[in-house]
Amino acid sequence: MNLAVGLHHFLLLGALLFVCGAVCMATKRNAIGILMGVELVLNAATINFVAFARYNPIFQVEGQIFALFVIVLAAAEAAIALAIVLNFYNNHLTVDVDTAEELKG
Amino acid sequence: MALTDVLFYLLAAMTGICALAVVVTQNIVRAAAWLLFTLAGVSGLFFLLGADFVGATQLLVYVGGTLVLVVFGVMLTAQSPFVNMRISAAEWGIALAVGLVLYGVLAASFLISNPKGVGDAQLGREEMADSILLGQALLGQWQASPQGTMSGLPADIHLRNRLAVSYLLPFEIVSVHLLVVLIGAAYLARAKRRRLAGPASLPVDGTDVSPPVDGQEQPLGAQT
Repeated sequence: MNLAVGLHHFLLLGALLFVCGAVCMATKRNAIGILMGVELVLNAATINFVAFARYNPIFQVEGQIFALFVIVLAAAEAAIALAIVLNFYNNHLTVDVDTAEELKG
Repeated sequence: MALTDVLFYLLAAMTGICALAVVVTQNIVRAAAWLLFTLAGVSGLFFLLGADFVGATQLLVYVGGTLVLVVFGVMLTAQSPFVNMRISAAEWGIALAVGLVLYGVLAASFLISNPKGVGDAQLGREEMADSILLGQALLGQWQASPQGTMSGLPADIHLRNRLAVSYLLPFEIVSVHLLVVLIGAAYLARAKRRRLAGPASLPVDGTDVSPPVDGQEQPLGAQT
C-alpha cells in the first residue's frame, strides 16, 4: 500500500470507526454511551458510501444520496432513542442498561 | 504527497483518535465531546472527497442537531453516581480482543477482495456530483438534457443507458418518517419527572414507590 490516498484508506478508516462503535456499544453501561456507539457505526457506513461515490463513477450519485438518507435516519433514531432513554430514566432514576431486566424470563 | 493526501491523513488521524477516545473514556460528558470532534472530522473528510452537500448536511444535522440532542440527554440523565460507569479489566481485555479481531477481519477482507475503484491512477478523476446533480437525481432527472425541464422527466430518456431511477418517493417517505418520529419522540419524552424523597428509595424493580405528583398522568410502563 502506497502513501497516496485511495479507496483503501477510506475503507480502513470506516472499519476503524465501525469497530470503535461496536466496542462502544458492547462495553458502555450508559444508555447514551450505547447511542454514541450507534452514531459511530452509522458514520462508518456513511464514510464508505461517500468514498465509493468518489472512487467508483457508477455510484457517483447513489453513494451521496444514500449517505444523506443515513444521516437523516440517524437523526430520527437519535431522537426516538433519547426519548426512550428519558422515559427509562423517569422510571428507574438511572440510565444503566443493566437495570432494565423486567422482561427477563 | 499532495496537499489532499496530507489533509486526509490529518483528518483521518483526528477522526480515528477521537473515535478511540469515545470508546476509552469513562466519563459520558467527555465521550460526548470526543464524539463532537469525530463527527466534525468525518464532515471534513466529506468535504475532502468533494461531497460538499453531504458534508454540509453532516455538519448541520449531526454536529448541530443530533449531538445537541445527545448532550441534552446527558445533562438530563447525569447523576453523580452514574456518570462514571467503570467496567472491569477482564471485560476491557475481551472487548479489546474482539475489537482487534473484528478490525483484522474487516481490513483483511477488503484488502484481499480489492474492491472496484482501486486503480486510482487511471480513474480519470471524474468530478464528484455536485448539489445540482444530486437534486436532479432526486427528481429522477439524472443528467439533465438541454431540453429537459426541471418539472419532470424529459420525453427522450436516455440517462446513462440506464433506467431512470427517481429518489423522490424515498425522499418523501423519509421526510414523513422524520415527522412521525419527532411527534412520537415528543410524546414519549413528555412524561413528568417524578421527584422521589431520596436516593434510598430507588425503584430498582420498577415498582412504584411514590404516588404520582399532583395527579399527573403516569409515564408509560408504570401502570402495572
